[in-house]
Amino acid sequence: MLRFIVKRLVTLVLTLLASSFVIYASLYLAPGNPIATLTGGRTPSPEAIAILEHRYHLDEPFLVRYWLWLKAALTGDFGVSIPHRQEVSDIISQRATVTLGLVLYASLLILTFGIGLGILAALRPGATDTSVIVATTISAALPAFVAAIILLLVFAVNLGWFPATGEGEGVLGRIEHLTLPAIALAMTSMALVGRVTRAAVREELGREHVQTAVSRGIPFRLVLRRHVLRNAAIPITTIAGLTIASLIAISAVVERAFNLNGLGAYLVEAAQSKDFAVVQGISLVLVAAFVITNMVVDILYALLDPRVTLGEKAK
Amino acid sequence: MSTVVAPTVTTEAVARRRRGIPGLRGTGWVGHVCAGVIVFAVLIAVVGPSIAPHDPNFVQLQYAFVGPTGDHYLGFDGRGRDLLSRLLVGAQTAVFGAIAVSMISVATGTVLAITSAWRRGFFDTVTGGFLDVLFAFPGLLIAVMAAAVFGPSLQTAVIALSIAYTPYIARVLRGAALRERAQAYISALEVQGLSAIPICLRHLVPNIFGLVVAQGTILFGYAMVDLAAISFIGLGVQSPQADWGVMVSEGRTGVLTGYPMESLSAGLCIVVVVVAVNLLGERFAERAQAGPS
Repeated sequence: MLRFIVKRLVTLVLTLLASSFVIYASLYLAPGNPIATLTGGRTPSPEAIAILEHRYHLDEPFLVRYWLWLKAALTGDFGVSIPHRQEVSDIISQRATVTLGLVLYASLLILTFGIGLGILAALRPGATDTSVIVATTISAALPAFVAAIILLLVFAVNLGWFPATGEGEGVLGRIEHLTLPAIALAMTSMALVGRVTRAAVREELGREHVQTAVSRGIPFRLVLRRHVLRNAAIPITTIAGLTIASLIAISAVVERAFNLNGLGAYLVEAAQSKDFAVVQGISLVLVAAFVITNMVVDILYALLDPRVTLGEKAK
Repeated sequence: MSTVVAPTVTTEAVARRRRGIPGLRGTGWVGHVCAGVIVFAVLIAVVGPSIAPHDPNFVQLQYAFVGPTGDHYLGFDGRGRDLLSRLLVGAQTAVFGAIAVSMISVATGTVLAITSAWRRGFFDTVTGGFLDVLFAFPGLLIAVMAAAVFGPSLQTAVIALSIAYTPYIARVLRGAALRERAQAYISALEVQGLSAIPICLRHLVPNIFGLVVAQGTILFGYAMVDLAAISFIGLGVQSPQADWGVMVSEGRTGVLTGYPMESLSAGLCIVVVVVAVNLLGERFAERAQAGPS
């Protein structure tokens, strides 16, 4: 087990290193002159250019600049947003709470309602099962931005239950403002997790050891917890982890739909205004979050399914 | 008696399986309906601009958010442009963009997968490592970075998404190609002196073609959603050009003021096509898994 985790951590570090290089290099290739942005169209003297180039390390070769950027990024310093003249890390930390709250809220919805509805559908065939299937078929087909529009229309404009835009003040205000965005973000994944849960629970219910346990008079709740859910947890964890990791990128779309000042929305703004330091910083943070979530899922998977670790040993 | 009945049953079963349009066999009536929806969407994408009743970009601010009237069957959008015409014209970028993404990524993915499975060794390791790094980037993030570097446009979004999807295709097909590679018929062809490229093109590719089609169809659905999302956040097709994603985004002001027609109609178009593509893709995948018929 420990060996598996260490191996996974090494892969994680290598992947992050390679992706940081890809992020830095691809934006380095971008046309455009940062000095021109800095001076805002005026023609500076050669001395001024030299000073600016030196301050922003523009006079160093590419690999040196990458190394300086990476070293600083590891300590949480992503450089300066040249158009805003503000520390990128300050901007990121201001905005990260909105995105983090949104993704966590959506993950909570996915796990509670996705798994809950899936188990319910598997245990109650007939009307309940059919309605869950219909509901998940519809919500699986709704892209986040279309779901956002429908939620805005129904719950913010027509019913007036939730605010349409903004992040809200305080914890309760934040929850109130993030409810619709979180539902929009969770919609597709909730349906996927629900369907996988239903299929997995149903399959486990039909197994011989479960039937034997039931026929021997073991209380059904106990059978469900000890035998059915434990085995069904393996596919459920995989799909839940995969879809939750994908929320990190999709949150940008939802943030734009609800005018939230999150990381993703800011990344999009920065891309439009060619603010490369911000694009690099936020991209690195998002990729790291994505890769780390995937790694956590892999480790959970190994913990849940002993065959994975056995396979490692056999090698 | 029974010996007479038995063959009739099998021939009927065979006949039933063989019924339907070639290429869609074994996908059931759902598959045929979905294929119909997709063909209709492609048709609209081709002829949309020429059958649009009005100029999709003609602004008449006095008609903003006016409902269906006269020969404006769906009414007007927030800037007084004819909604139906914008929907018809908007199909073009939505459908062709998605087709381009799925074709480019399927082509590169297939070539990479087969080359990796055939050569193995160094090439396989390097490609595998490269694709693993690419896996760390969500498709939307690659599109945002590409828009930052090359400026936002449909072309940039299409290329970015094609790159983002390639690893998924390559991973699935590499597995299939490796299984095919291990089959006796490939070694038999090699022993007969055929070189790698003709074996791959004439024998290996046709044998995994069902899987390639299934993957391409599923990716088409994903590509459509992601492209619309990229246009929605303002980094794909640029306003004022008509596109379903752009329309969902521009209709947002209408939604907040109680005129949701623009966003809803464009959103519905996306959802209907995506559902059809996904259902058909699922059926293709089931068929490919069931083996060649």
